[in-house]
Order: sequence, then C-alpha cells, then structure tokens
Amino acid sequence: MHTIATGNRGVAEAVREAKPGVVAAYPITPQTEIVELIAQYVAQGTMQATYIPVESEHSAMAACIGASATGIRTFTATSSQGLLYMHEMLHWAAGARLPIVMANVNRAVAPPWNVWADHTDALSQRDTGWLQVYVATAQEAYDTMLMAFRIAEHEDVLLPVMVNLDGFILSHTMQPLETTPAGDFIPPLSLPHAIDIKDPAAYSPLTGPEYYFGFRWEIERSMRDARQVIREVEEAFAGKFGRRYGPVEEYRTEDAEVVIVAMGTLGREAQVAVDRLRQEGIPAGAVRLRWFRPFARPDLAGREVVVIDRDYSFGFGGVLAHSLRATTPCNPYSVIAGLGGQEVTYADIAQFVRQRKPGEEFWFGVESHGDV
Amino acid sequence: MAEIPKEEYILPTTSACAGCSSSLCLRYILKASGPDTVLVIPACCTSVIQGMYPRTAVNVPVYNIAFAAAAACASGMSAAFRALGKKTNVIVYAGDGGTVDIGLQSLSGAFERETDFLYLCYDNEAYGNTGMQRSGATPVGARTTTTPAGKAHSRKDIEQIVEAHRPPYLATACSAYPTDLFSKVKKALTLPGSTFIHILAPCPTGWKFPPGKTIEMGKLAVKTGMWVLYEREYGKLAISAPSKAAMATPLPLADYLSPQGRFKGITPDQVQELEREIAARRERLLREAA
Ligand SMILES: Cc1ncc(C[n+]2csc(CCOP(=O)(O)OP(=O)(O)O)c2C)c(N)n1
Ligand code: SF4
Ligand SMILES: [Mg+2]
Repeated sequence: MHTIATGNRGVAEAVREAKPGVVAAYPITPQTEIVELIAQYVAQGTMQATYIPVESEHSAMAACIGASATGIRTFTATSSQGLLYMHEMLHWAAGARLPIVMANVNRAVAPPWNVWADHTDALSQRDTGWLQVYVATAQEAYDTMLMAFRIAEHEDVLLPVMVNLDGFILSHTMQPLETTPAGDFIPPLSLPHAIDIKDPAAYSPLTGPEYYFGFRWEIERSMRDARQVIREVEEAFAGKFGRRYGPVEEYRTEDAEVVIVAMGTLGREAQVAVDRLRQEGIPAGAVRLRWFRPFARPDLAGREVVVIDRDYSFGFGGVLAHSLRATTPCNPYSVIAGLGGQEVTYADIAQFVRQRKPGEEFWFGVESHGDV
Repeated sequence: MAEIPKEEYILPTTSACAGCSSSLCLRYILKASGPDTVLVIPACCTSVIQGMYPRTAVNVPVYNIAFAAAAACASGMSAAFRALGKKTNVIVYAGDGGTVDIGLQSLSGAFERETDFLYLCYDNEAYGNTGMQRSGATPVGARTTTTPAGKAHSRKDIEQIVEAHRPPYLATACSAYPTDLFSKVKKALTLPGSTFIHILAPCPTGWKFPPGKTIEMGKLAVKTGMWVLYEREYGKLAISAPSKAAMATPLPLADYLSPQGRFKGITPDQVQELEREIAARRERLLREAA
C-alpha cells in the first residue's frame, strides 16, 4: 500500500507486520511516536502482541529479555538517554543470545539537553554485541525492520539487532512509504535455547574463564557469520519486495577519486553533494554505511576519503573515521558535523570535499580548533 | 495443611556457606511450586549458591539476570508464557539488596502492572554476595563492612511499600518455619497477579553467629518480635500462629541481639530504637488483625 509516513511510523508499521508476541517500551523524544502507535495497534486489536508499558528503559530491555527467553518474538524502541540507561541490559541481551529487535531513534546525549539527531547514543553501545544498522529513509526504516527480525532470529546469528534512524530528520519527516504484507518473509522463531520446563537449565550462571571465553568467542563468530546472513536476507528481500539493500549504499563510486563516507541521513545528503561536485568536475562518490556492526568494511583503497561523523569519541576522534582507518587503507579527512542536530546541507558537504586535507580533523561550525 | 512433597529440586551440592538458611528456603519454595516453575534470580548469594557452569544445583530452569532487573525480567517472561498459553510459575528469588535498594523501581513497576508472578525476597539484611555491606534492610545498630560502627539508620519497611501497591497476597515467612513458608508459597501461587513474600533468612556468615544456630536465630527473631509472621490476602491481615504466641509474651530483645556478632557495638539508644520499631509494628498489626 502506498502511503506517506514518518520514519517512526515506518518502524511501527513494520513491527506490526513482524508480529512480535511481546513489546516492552518506554517513551522518549523522538522515539515516542513508535511506542504510541504500537500501543494503539494493540488496543485496536490490529496487533496481537502483549504491550508492557514498563517504568524505565532498563526494565524495557529486561522485560524483552525475560520474554525472549521463552522463545517469543520481542521488540522495543528507545533513543539517547533511554539507550544509555539500558546499557547493562544491552550486554545482557547479546550475551544471553536473544534475538531482540530494537529501533533506536538517534538523538544527542545530555548534558546539555538536546533532542536532535546525533549518533553518539548508539555508537557508545557499539561493544555490547548488538548488530547495528543505520537507515536513511522511511522506506528503508520499514524494510530494514522486517529484515532485522529475520537476521536476528537466524540460527547462525541469534543476536539482537538495533535499527538506527536519525531523530526528527527521519523520525518526524513525512516521506513516501510502501507497506507490504510480510507474508512468510520472517519465518516463525525457533529459539534453540528457549526455556524448557522439561529440560531445566541454568541460564547465565556464574561461569569460569575457560567457558566464559568460549561464550564470548561464540558471539564474535556469530557476528562474523552475520555478514553472510545479512547478504542472504537482503537478497531474499530484494527477490520478494523488489527493493535491494547492502552493507553499504554506493553512489557514483565506480570512477570516483574522492569518496564521502557517512551514516544515516547525512549519507543521503552526501549523494546530492556528489552530483554538485561532479558538475564542478570533481570526481566524487559517496558510500553510505548501513551496517556498523558487523562493520561493513567498504573497500576504499586508492581513493581519497572524506568521512563525516555525527558523533565523537572524546580524546580519540570520530568513531566512523577511526573504524575506516582500522579496516581499509586510507588517510581520511575527518569531518565532525551534525552533532546535536546541527544542520548540514549538501552544499556544506560539497565544501568539506573541496577543502579536504587528508589526515586532518575538522569540526564543522567550530571557529577555533586550538592545538591538537 | 498440604503434605510437603518428597521431590527435591535443590541438589545437596550448592555452594552456600555452612548453615545458610537461604538455600533451605529455596528447597521448600520449589517443593511448593513444583516443576512447572522458572526461578528468576538477580545478582545475590543465590547466583553463587546455585553452582557454577556447567553444573547446577537447581532442578528447575533458573534465569539469572542483572541486579536491578529481576521483576522486570519476570514481567516479560510472565507475559510471554501467558501469551504462549502456558501457566508456568514465574518466581523471582531476590535478596534484600535486589529488592529494597537497586531493584525497588522494577519491583514497583511490575506490581503496578499486576504482573502474574510471585516475588520472594529472602532477607539476610545485607549484601551477602559482596561480603556483607549494608542494605536498606539492615537494622539500625548492625555492623556491616560499610557500617563498621553500626548502621545509623533504621531499615526500610518494604512490606508497607509493597502493600501500598495493593497486591492480592503479601506475607512474611522465616527459614526457621519451613512449613509455614511452604503453605504461604502454595497459597501465593494460586492467586492471580503479583504476590510477595518477605522471608527472613538468618545468615551465619554476615550476622556472625555459629552456623549450627541458624534455626535458633530465626526462631528468636520471631519470638522477640523482631520478625512478625503474617499474611495479608486481598488486604485482610492474619497473624500466623508462631507470631500470635510470640506477640502475647515476647522474649526480651537482648536474647536475639546478644548472640550475634554484628550487634556487638549497638548503643543503648539504638536498642531503644529497635524496641520502638517492634512495638509500633506490633501495635499496628494487632490493631489491623482485630
Ligand atoms: C549493577 C550492579 N551493582 C553491583 C553489583 C554487585 N553486587 C552483586 S550482588 C550484590 C549484593 C546483593 O545483595 P542482596 O540483594 O541482599 O543479596 P545477597 O547477596 O545478600 O543474597 C552486589 C552489591 C552488581 N552485580 N550489579
Ligand atoms: S553469606 Fe549468608 S546468605 Fe549468603 S550464602 Fe553465606 S550464609 Fe547464605
Ligand atoms: Mg542480602
């Protein structure tokens, strides 16, 4: 069905299609619309889930964990402070190998209070064992949510998935959205370690180093296996629904000498900047990184790289910039831009490319940099 | 009263301290619940007592969860079981720290939502797992490793806090009265919604008394009125038999305090404060029960 919808509605509609048994969530701007819509669907009876209006995000994730452990499909959504408040339980969900799916509406972290787009919330959870994907349109939010359940629940993965969408810029803007019945796209969940009264076991008990180590490796092995599963699921999605996604979205990169790398809506804006730059004779291309965990590893060898981070790791640098440096031979021009919802237009991005100085870091909108 | 089943769900291989009453309680709780039960356990002594991977001393599924999260985890689990059409008992077995301190928020939320589960707090009046630091349930005057001079403040009244949520069933129990505990767990599990039992679990390691005196210490708590056994079904209070007798003719409080090393430095003022607490509770409960 063709509609127009916000990114948030795209998420909520997809969750309804995915038919989770339990949704436990707590409201926070700019995610609120997602939980309100789901609460409405449940109240109207257009969604069969049990909706648990928990008293905190820590409890939201704990409730998802308890529910998921029985082998039922679960979903939650949050943003910023809520995601940070969940931190302990994010590790728990991944360590307990539960295929929980969460939408995180990327928002800046306080203080000072700021409710606008920023990736620091999700990136500060990068080592929790969650798969992380960043989307750029309402359609992609919808499609990726459907894929997220199938990926998380795949027997070779069994890890939670966080679908990230930029606060307001995507969560609250109306865009065209085609919703489609998911049909059998997401197979019924069959959790191998679901609680079984007839086969009692201790879940996550005290565990010595020799076994603990093995369990950690299992998480990493599944992260690695997830690459293949993601490819297969994206392929199956393209076959069924006609829309194709990959670990990255490349734009005019074939002959590009300089490539802009970014995540989320900035990655889309960069594509407009590429057209601009091409008109000026600059052979630019853009790579929008979708999968941050497992890290998509774009091959950027032999090209100049301008990377835009809507995040920062203090005392270190842009998280995406460093991830690229670590995984592909490049010496990027690292631009820190868009923090706390700062407006970054395609004209700004084109200018980043024109002024690029490989190896340097540039804070957009900050007058004086002082000594590094 | 129902017969206590012979089945054992706790194997004798727990790693509890000698004389630990908490593992004893768990034995009776599982006899009451039977095998269609999941135990949800936050960080506490029971995280250790159940044994180390790949072994377990518990013969029902045990779901370990973060310290603050037991009631919330149980909320999700209970909702999922009901959605799947299963009647499985979801029982939280949490320490006093995981209940009155760090877990209070999730406990309150779960009770407000009338989660279908039984929440058991075994109260050893301190953080046992981490070596006996104070908790919100530590009585005034008790020495713990973080109150080396004796705790300056009175304990929280978790029963009244839970009562404020108007649960269908709220009771107290003590490890020294296992059949009373057994029948209270049985009753709680027959009632829908969120039920709560607060169990005094004397701890030889933390309270500093010889391991052989665990049962005696529990009985003294009841006989001096430091602990009152009662149950409250849909708000209606009934004082349990052992406490009825004790409330008529209580033993002197010193009988309970002096055998315990943790009360060595208690001041006369603090003893009086404990006595005032006991008297106030006694009066309130007797008035309500009348
Ligand atoms: C968030 C968090 N903070 C601190 C701890 C450390 N910790 C584990 S158990 C515990 C005390 C538990 O006390 P209580 O709930 O009374 O149970 P007991 O150990 O006495 O059985 C503490 C402080 C933890 N596991 N998690
Ligand atoms: S510290 Fe106390 S409660 Fe904990 S295992 Fe030892 S005796 Fe039992
Ligand atoms: Mg304790």
